Amino acid sequence: MTSLSATGDNGGAGQEPGAIHRGGRAMARFGLSLMLTLLGLTLVTFLIARVIPIDPVLVMVGDRATPEAYQAAREALGIDKPLLVQYADYLSKVVRGDFGVSNMTGQSVLDDTLRVFPATMELAIVATLIGTLLGLPLGVTAAVRQGRPTDHLIRIISLVGYSVPVFWIGLVGLLVFYAKLDLVAGPGRLDMVYQYTVPVRTGFVLIDTIMAGEWSAFGNAISHLILPAGILGYFSMAYIARMTRSLMIEQLSQEYILAARAKGVPARRVIWRHAFGNVAVPVLTVVSLTFMYLLEGAVLTETVFAWPGLGLYITQALFSADLNAVLGGTLVIGICFVIVNRATDFFYRILDPRTK
Amino acid sequence: MSAAHIDRAPASGWRGWLTAEQPESVFQGRAVQVYLSARRFMANPLAVSGFLIVLLLLFTAAAAPWIATHDPLATNLEMRLLPPSAEHWFGTDHLGRDIYSRIVHGSRVTLTIVFLVSILIGPVGLAAGIVSGYFGGWVDRTLMMVTDIVMAFPRLVLALAFVAVLGPGIENAVIAVALTGWPPYARLARAETLSFRRREFIQAARSQGASPLRILGLYILPLCMPSAIVRLTLDMAGIILIAAGLGFLGLGMQPPTAEWGSMIATGRDYLIDQWWVATLPGAAIFVTCLGFNFLGDGLVDVFDPRQS
Repeated sequence: MTSLSATGDNGGAGQEPGAIHRGGRAMARFGLSLMLTLLGLTLVTFLIARVIPIDPVLVMVGDRATPEAYQAAREALGIDKPLLVQYADYLSKVVRGDFGVSNMTGQSVLDDTLRVFPATMELAIVATLIGTLLGLPLGVTAAVRQGRPTDHLIRIISLVGYSVPVFWIGLVGLLVFYAKLDLVAGPGRLDMVYQYTVPVRTGFVLIDTIMAGEWSAFGNAISHLILPAGILGYFSMAYIARMTRSLMIEQLSQEYILAARAKGVPARRVIWRHAFGNVAVPVLTVVSLTFMYLLEGAVLTETVFAWPGLGLYITQALFSADLNAVLGGTLVIGICFVIVNRATDFFYRILDPRTK
Repeated sequence: MSAAHIDRAPASGWRGWLTAEQPESVFQGRAVQVYLSARRFMANPLAVSGFLIVLLLLFTAAAAPWIATHDPLATNLEMRLLPPSAEHWFGTDHLGRDIYSRIVHGSRVTLTIVFLVSILIGPVGLAAGIVSGYFGGWVDRTLMMVTDIVMAFPRLVLALAFVAVLGPGIENAVIAVALTGWPPYARLARAETLSFRRREFIQAARSQGASPLRILGLYILPLCMPSAIVRLTLDMAGIILIAAGLGFLGLGMQPPTAEWGSMIATGRDYLIDQWWVATLPGAAIFVTCLGFNFLGDGLVDVFDPRQS
């Protein structure tokens, strides 16, 4: 934090005695807004589950059931209770991690989602790394060369990222790099050969293969990962580059930059240490927001790449009309999404002295 | 830059009237503003190309029956999976339907979705925002809390769950996309309303006995419209992409109607040997989104020169 705020105009502002108090308040605020948002999210998924046009009781007892049997099933399902009570029941189940049983796999939805979750995380993490490593320099370059051809080129590159359907570019990528050029491995996380030789420890294939000392499997995993992660990474790059650019432009027009330049500080140092130092925190929040969108964007990417993560799980459940799994999976992604979102907000408030 | 150039240019006649530094009537003032904005817009190649793409999309949708070379629904199994040719410009799909004609007709579905979503999220977001900003207090806190909560929702996944449960179809897809789409407009309109609410013209209206409804509707809303429209243009691509994603998963417009997302899904099975079935509808989505993004980006430059 000190290195972030040591650039002059607001250095040390966060070190006042009020900082601890402020941290506590931000913490309370974080907790409250997290709770409220999760409540809102569960309310929405609950309402979605409740408005099913199919009568769940009818599904259970069949249409030849006697009115008594129908009524009994209704009570067994708890549908006769007031909506608010039903929501409370639903909430208490969610809190206990009880998302019901998946018709597709016959296992509890929670176990299923926990099993496939690392695959999604791995994809999203690698994609965010790619996006950040490319997006930051591009954004800074665009800001420094504002209005010049380089800036316009970078702008077009990122607008393309905003415009491409991820499932389509995934298919095109498979067509070109896998089917035609044979540069990368195809769908899935590992070739068949390796699938049973590498023991699952963490669920992260890259880590598991290293732990097993299977270097050829590791190489294979990278070859499978690089295309989906590269495509998702391009989207996060587009977002990161654009946001970094506008944040940097704002800083570069400040007087302290002029002062530093006048003082004879080398341009590279002015840009990366003075200006970028001041946008590092907001850029960090941008990065974590793109991570959040990647968790969600993984749904379509995983479908295209047969990547056995949460997204593929949800879409497969969708095709087998497995509503417990669809809603449970949605809730898991939603909860992660909300936590990342609120935590980002929280850290932004803590780290950036200007948000006081 | 171009605006400064225009200001200094010696002008006469129509151009002089349109670039007058001190307009003599409200009408002239507006005309000058529109003219200068248009000049700035035309000087931005990205924005103009975006505008042309969007224009092309509108034209395609309006004139679909006349531009299409074949019936988009007519199947012909003898002509299945033909590569692009003079007869079938973009080839044919697995049922022998002409892909070019299906793409042309698919533009109508895309535009319908975009239009319906826009007329849902724009007004809802604007209303929430100006009410929140104008009244302040607990109204503001409550509305902004709801806005904040909805803003933290995963859009695509919720839309997916919503349509999965309610059943596929264009109406449900539209509602699903709109459900989580309005908060940015509320935020935007609230911020703008806050900057207007203490101004003299609002106070003058209030002291003359204008009702809050009148002030919001006649004075504040029109001022919030331009940025909402710009934002909507930038949002279009996102809306189209989510809708196409739903279509790709089989949750959008149902077959046999031509919809770009579902066309890609059917082409998946023939990807390697018949590349045109899946890739060309995707190209249509891409170009359309690019058009809206270029246009929106250009509009930001025109309306908010600070950022350019």
